[in-house]
Parts: sequence; C-alpha cells; structure tokens
Amino acid sequence: MSDLKRTALRDFHAAHGARLVDFAGWEMPVQYRSILEEHKAVRRDAGLFDVSHMGEVDVKGPDAGRFLNRLVTNDVSRLFPGRVLYSPMCYPNGGVVDDLLVYLRGADDYFLCINAGNIDKDLAWIREQSAGFNVTITDRSADYGLLAIQGPKAAAIVQSLTGAKLGLIKYYHFMEATVAGIHCLASRTGYTGEDGFELYHAAGDSVALAEALLAAGAGQGLELAGLGARDSLRLEAGYPLYGHEITADISPLTAGLGWTVKLEKGADFVGRAALLAEKERGAPNQVVFFKTGDRRIVRADAPVLGADGAVVGRVLSGTLSPILNEAIGSALVATASVASAGGLQVDIRGTRLPLNLVRPPFVPLKK
Amino acid sequence: MSTILPDLRYAKSHEWLKLESDGSVTIGITDFAQDSLGDITYVQLPKVGATLKAGETFGVVESVKAASDLYAPVGGTVLAVNAALESAPETVNSAPYAGGWMLKLKPADASAAHNLLDAGAYAKLAG
Repeated sequence: MSDLKRTALRDFHAAHGARLVDFAGWEMPVQYRSILEEHKAVRRDAGLFDVSHMGEVDVKGPDAGRFLNRLVTNDVSRLFPGRVLYSPMCYPNGGVVDDLLVYLRGADDYFLCINAGNIDKDLAWIREQSAGFNVTITDRSADYGLLAIQGPKAAAIVQSLTGAKLGLIKYYHFMEATVAGIHCLASRTGYTGEDGFELYHAAGDSVALAEALLAAGAGQGLELAGLGARDSLRLEAGYPLYGHEITADISPLTAGLGWTVKLEKGADFVGRAALLAEKERGAPNQVVFFKTGDRRIVRADAPVLGADGAVVGRVLSGTLSPILNEAIGSALVATASVASAGGLQVDIRGTRLPLNLVRPPFVPLKK
Repeated sequence: MSTILPDLRYAKSHEWLKLESDGSVTIGITDFAQDSLGDITYVQLPKVGATLKAGETFGVVESVKAASDLYAPVGGTVLAVNAALESAPETVNSAPYAGGWMLKLKPADASAAHNLLDAGAYAKLAG
C-alpha cells in the first residue's frame, strides 16, 4: 500500500492493531478489534476516530460569505462566528458535488471541511465557481489533523484535558480551545448521532493528541474506532454518505435533505433552478431507509423489488445494526412504489425479504 | 499469525475437518478464514440429512464486509449442524475450531479426508 496517502497517525494505528485498508486513496484503519464492538462502544461510552483524511479549505475575503451562499444550498448568511452549518454543494442540474461543513471563524473568514475522496474535485469546482468574487481559496488539507471523539462520555473525556468551558459549545457550534496543551478548533459535531467533538489541530500534533485522549478515556470505556464502525454508526443515525445516498445523480431533495436546501434564502445558488423544478413537479425517485427483521445484510446495489417482483430501485447502503441486531440500509426507489400495496422487498440468495421502511434514526440518539 | 491446529485436515478453501473416533467428521472454517472475513454476522447451513458432494457449496458465511460460500471438504451426509450459530454467529470469530464448528458429516468415502492438506501444508497457504 506504498502509493497510498497516510495521515500522521498511520503508525499509531498499526501499533494499536488496526487493519489498514485503502479508503479513497488513503491507508486508513477500517477496524482495530471488531467493527461491531467498536460500534457498540461508541453508543455505550465513547470512540476515537482518526478522520485526518478529510479535506479542509480556507475561504477568505470580502466576498467570502456571498460566494459561499452562491456555492452551497443551505443558508450561509445565518452563520455567526462560532457556528457550523451542514450543506450540500450542487451542480447546476441539482446533483451533488459534495456535502460539507461550513465554519465561520470571523468576519470574511470561513473554513470548509470536505470529504477525503472529493478534495481535488471540490477544489477545482470551488475555484471555478469563485470567478468574479473577491475571495482567496486555500487548500489546508495537509496542514490539519482531525480526531473525532464521539459517544455519551466523549465530552467529559475532552473536558478533563482542557480548561475551556466545553459546556458553552452547543451542538453545531465550535470554539478555539487548548486540549492536552494542543491548540484545537473544537467543533461539537460528528457523524455518529452521538454527542461529541471533532478536534481540528496541526497535523504534527496528531499523535500527542490521540495519545492524550486515549489515556484520558482509558477508565471511561473509550475505544479506538475505525472507518467500519464510522459507516455503520452514520447509517444507523440516518446520515447520508457521499457516493451512496447523495451523488452527482441523487439530489439533496431526492435524498430527503430538503431541510438543507434553502430555495428562499434570497440568494441564487448553483442548482437552485433545477431543485426548485424538482420540488414543484416531485422527484421520480426517492431515498428511503429500511430494516428487515433479519440478520442477513442487504448490500449496496442489490435490486429492490415491488410486490409483483419488478425492479423498482436499488440498495445504496446496507449493514447490520449492532444495536437492533438486524439488517438496515437505504435504497433509491421509484417514488410511486413507496406507497404501493404489498410493499418493497429484496432477494437474498433466493429468499424474498420485505423491506420495512422507517424514518431514521434507527435508534434513539442524543443529538 | 493465525492459529492452525496440528491434528486437523484443511481445504484450500479454508475449511478445517476433524476426524472423529466414530468415523464422522466435524467441519468449520479456519482462524485465518474468520480473521480475513472480520465480524461474522450470519451463517447459513444445510438441513440435517442433506447429501453433499466433495467441493459442493454447503452454506454461506456473512461478515460485515462480504458474504462467502462454504465448501464441503469431503462428500457425505449431514448428521448435525451447529444451531447455536443462528443466534451467535460471532462464535465463529471467537472460537473457530471449537464452539464455531458448522456441521458434522458421515463421509461417503472414509479415506477422502487424507486427500486434504495437513497442518504444515495449510500453513504455507495461510501463513
């Protein structure tokens, strides 16, 4: 795996017994001990994830706010310093370039967190769209490490390492804080559905920060968690993953992310006309979430069948919920099929299983 | 390094086989196989009384990562299946050579097991 990119924690992962795999061109830990056990540890106590492969971008300048409100579908004008916003970023046809977090640090000073596999594509897109705006766009991905600590005990573990009053940081807010002597941007966000923090820091500090967090959490049930658990946790929470529930061909409206598409925000944004048209005429397909009552995993790309056996869609994501002990997943299906009598089903090795449609999250969440 | 027990026979497809004193054989998957699969979430096994040919698919083992076919190392009649794996498939991860066994066969040919790999030969394959 010599041609893969590595985070500053690659040797730390190997020393902790991680199984390292190629994830979007990065050599990343998929698991340390067991995906299912790491998943349960996050819901019960806390888990520590290295997500340093994520991309970071500075967007600064007098037009930064106006530019970002043109670039993304959610309403950037609602941000104030210390506030975080989740948003899709769309193509003119309403398909999704990527989903990202927008941080407002101060006047004309924004910071984006983007998906690792999309860094080059996003930067090219963002720079292209910035023509005519007085902004400076800087790729900071190599400068930052990012550790996510998630779970009911996460905040107490981080608090034991900082004098900052973390209780003042509400969900989807952030502040600059010194954690274990390391300067961090402490963001009360995450991808698990649990309370917790995402700690952006200088990449050179990643090992020291990870070791301090692991030591502070040792008596609290904190476990190292890999990307396998990260994926099953996000699916159980009902969060989209780029390339699955949202893609260049699946718009945020189709994906059920209408709350992030602010058609009336007073700024024309890329994709607005197409998304307005989709909203008015109704989308032909929609993303649904399901559970099956069976342990057999319904895997991505499996065909979804209507009551008469005709193919009406396909599975986008599927895993075993370690909490519900049954298969859960998402699928893109014909809108007309959702309410049809007889319901939807999948074929697993010759057995037809009904898909029980649910509104996520699949489990009660703290956030 | 995965565990390979000296007194078992092995198939190239990573099943192990144990010759029991009553002439039956017990079959499961190796430590190497369970480690490669990761968290096992489902094991599908045949019915007692089913007849299997050597090399025939006898079931499926599913992990979070993937579903894989299981192959009969020798032919025979199914005497028993490990029903405990239905509710606790993770036993295959924790005890692949003990509680994680999958089925017992009455072999069609008592000498067929001798065509399988011994521990030394399997270690070269799964080392």
